[in-house]
Amino acid sequence: MEIPILKIEEFLIVSFQTELSDQEITKLTEEMLEKIKKTNAKGLIIDITALRIIDSFMARCLSSIADMATLLGARTVVVGMQPAVALTLVELGLRIKWKIQTALNLERGIALLRTVMRSEKDSVYE
Amino acid sequence: MSEDTLAVKNEYDIIKVRGFGRNLAARLGFGVVNQCRITTAISELARNIVVHGGGGFVTIKTIENDRLGIEIICRDEGPGIEDLELALQGGYSTVGGLGIGLSGARRLMDEFEIDSIRGKGTTVIIRKWL
Repeated sequence: MEIPILKIEEFLIVSFQTELSDQEITKLTEEMLEKIKKTNAKGLIIDITALRIIDSFMARCLSSIADMATLLGARTVVVGMQPAVALTLVELGLRIKWKIQTALNLERGIALLRTVMRSEKDSVYE
Repeated sequence: MSEDTLAVKNEYDIIKVRGFGRNLAARLGFGVVNQCRITTAISELARNIVVHGGGGFVTIKTIENDRLGIEIICRDEGPGIEDLELALQGGYSTVGGLGIGLSGARRLMDEFEIDSIRGKGTTVIIRKWL
């Protein structure tokens, strides 16, 4: 299944619409990284509104994607996590390992990326 | 009453079997949060079967005493777990995972039983009551 990677301003937006297999997530990770490089994107927004489950494997994939994007100079924000998923992830014991930025929804995700980028820019010129 | 056993050999079976668990949990009347807990616990244990056990079987069934509940039995004939205590503590992985599968599944469910014999395999039983 082809998963579209959209570009808005300097951000890429990927929306997970179904449960992804390991192969699909691996392929999508490569595509996202390629597209960050190709489009000079400064931010990556991963929308997981449609996901009704995130297990430790998926959490690790998201974490890796964020790490890889950071190496390319792009910040990642995961948006739209369902309350039941958040609750389950904490009970699962993930909170110590979860280092990814999150926001309630797409709009706040974009706002968060803008803030992060602005503060990084400020610190460069200080 | 419902009881089904599914073979779990690869990553696609993980998605299938946890979907199956979610459907039964929903049919039994579990709320969204418990559906998520049950589905996630199944996913963790099914992945253990694929990654560590070399494949196995997951049985998902309705149980009843005073209340209704769901029971999931995950079994493989893999090498067994070397240090069960360590594996149950969490944060320990032999394959570079997060190492929270077993301990996490235990926290998400009401009841958790594990039987692992070196060289014979591992059976995990989890239950959640309505």
